[in-house]
Amino acid sequence: MTTRKETVEVANGSAHGAGVIAKATTDEARLRVSKTYKMYVGGAFIRSESGRSFQVKGSSLESSADPATVNIPLGSRKDVRDAVIVAKAAQEKWAARTAYNRGQIVYRLAEVLDARRGELEASLVRAGATATGAAREVDCAVDRIVFYAGFCDKIASLAASSNPVSGPHFAFSVPEPMGVIGVLAPPRPALLGLVSAVLPVITGGNSAIVVASADDPRTAIVFCECLATSDVPGGVVNVLTGLASDLAPQLAKHREVAGLDAYLDDAALRASIERDASESVKRVKTQAPFTDDRIFDERGGQGLTFIERFLETKSIWHPVGL
Amino acid sequence: MSTHATNGNGPAGTAAPYSVGPSLGGGGRPALFPLFTSPPVDQVAVEERAASLAKRSLKKASKVWGLKLAISMMDLTTLEGKDTPGKVRGLCQKARAPSDSDPSIGPCAAVCVYPNLVPTARLALAGSPVKIASVATAFPSGLSPLTVKLDDVRRAVEFGADEIDMVIDRGAMLAGDYAKVFDEIAATKEASGAAHLKVILETGELQTYDIVRKASELAIAAGADFIKTSTGKVQPAATPAVTLVMLEVIRDHYYATGRKIGMKPAGGVRTAKQALHYLVIVKETLGDAWLTPDLFRFGASALLTDVLMQLEKERTGLYQAADDFSKD
Repeated sequence: MTTRKETVEVANGSAHGAGVIAKATTDEARLRVSKTYKMYVGGAFIRSESGRSFQVKGSSLESSADPATVNIPLGSRKDVRDAVIVAKAAQEKWAARTAYNRGQIVYRLAEVLDARRGELEASLVRAGATATGAAREVDCAVDRIVFYAGFCDKIASLAASSNPVSGPHFAFSVPEPMGVIGVLAPPRPALLGLVSAVLPVITGGNSAIVVASADDPRTAIVFCECLATSDVPGGVVNVLTGLASDLAPQLAKHREVAGLDAYLDDAALRASIERDASESVKRVKTQAPFTDDRIFDERGGQGLTFIERFLETKSIWHPVGL
Repeated sequence: MSTHATNGNGPAGTAAPYSVGPSLGGGGRPALFPLFTSPPVDQVAVEERAASLAKRSLKKASKVWGLKLAISMMDLTTLEGKDTPGKVRGLCQKARAPSDSDPSIGPCAAVCVYPNLVPTARLALAGSPVKIASVATAFPSGLSPLTVKLDDVRRAVEFGADEIDMVIDRGAMLAGDYAKVFDEIAATKEASGAAHLKVILETGELQTYDIVRKASELAIAAGADFIKTSTGKVQPAATPAVTLVMLEVIRDHYYATGRKIGMKPAGGVRTAKQALHYLVIVKETLGDAWLTPDLFRFGASALLTDVLMQLEKERTGLYQAADDFSKD
């Protein structure tokens, strides 16, 4: 730490520092404590196993925690595979919890998000949002999590049916989670898009491997810090940063991944994901990112149908008249 | 595990650590068994060495070769109170033909079961090269009278076991009653007759590498054909470091006598990557001569699934789902 009056250049101490220089110019100036942005897998914040990173624009403000450019881990194909193993183990335990307990946990996530709204809004502003736009997005994200929290223990009733059949049997159909679901989050809005894609997946009892928006990965990482301090068990939501074009094919080809939800601008990539995923007969939902109007909308951006997209239906036949 | 320069043979600190001569063992007292005054093991160095051998990256053709070799070295094991003839038959089928998609994979070296299930395995494996190993000697604790333990062994051999996996009396080993441990192994060897004898040290209960080394030397001197780390009932089971310690005993014994002893890590080897790590340790410690099912085995149940998943990935280029492979 330095408080000398003249301009001094201090090598940045962050682990990703790589020669970034911070300038201290006044009596009050102190050495910036730069934040190391990491991916979130299995409840832990990790760097890419490849050691690679990519850069996003940081802040020119002296008061910011970020220097002018920020290094973000560039997730590798092996990071995807490692996450699959973690997500598979976590999913079985997540699905085994009572639906009521999952609802409590998801609601707790909304509480944590609300408590950290300042940080989330600042992160969105840093990536280009207006202050009012950021506040609106955080509001909507928190509300959306509450919305899905309520559905955790209702989805079984809403999506199930009892089916009268022709014969001395009764058939019940009950929804069950599919397993590990890959999510390619929309590039924008970075927070609400992520929340809107991930929450329905875990509400149904699946676990998720998410590739965060490459435009604003830092907001996704702040969201991960909310996850880490909520009660959502490690491994239920895993967030990788990096390029969808690198990571999507690996998610699509991996047989352990049961489904894919992809919000991508790139139509060619969407098509290639569908092709790759056909090998293991995954359930694939690909779409262009929703417009702001739609994703902020209570009807267009959330709903039961989003949960049902990654549920399987189990039918049980039961003899009648015994 | 902690390591002491001396153990068992007298006051700590008075022994010459490398005295392997005929007269003075530890503590200045004439050694009862000069062979058993083993050199101390450097815990930090052995763990470092074992860990460093995991850093080698095996890919593509060499990986496939290593994994197929690992399958041919597997003792597919089921040692549960709930084992049924059906489960053992399933295991035997898996040992004969581990992979549906690739007939060039397998067979495994052996199946390892409790004595009562040996006849079932015998029938299921008729006409195949897969051996039948049976645990015996009051597995897993070994805390029964010797006559009972020997009877256990004889019955297992009568039932048709090709290999006997015995446990040593860890209590006696830790109490320093080496003569008892030695005599029991020698008696078991005699009772096994033509069957191969694997001696389970249960290294997870032996506390230090020094005792592991001593127990390994003792077992080999008493007639073991194989030394084996663990029953699989105690954690930690096989670790790379403890395996390295035991392999070094085998190496030293080979240099001293020219006799080749086999090694079997058991329990805790669950992934293909771990299996390759063990093969690297064997190759670096004992050379290619030991890279054969006659001299190296894996005691495992879950390992086969992961190895098959990796082989299928190499064959198809697609990473596999665990649910597509049978667990038992």
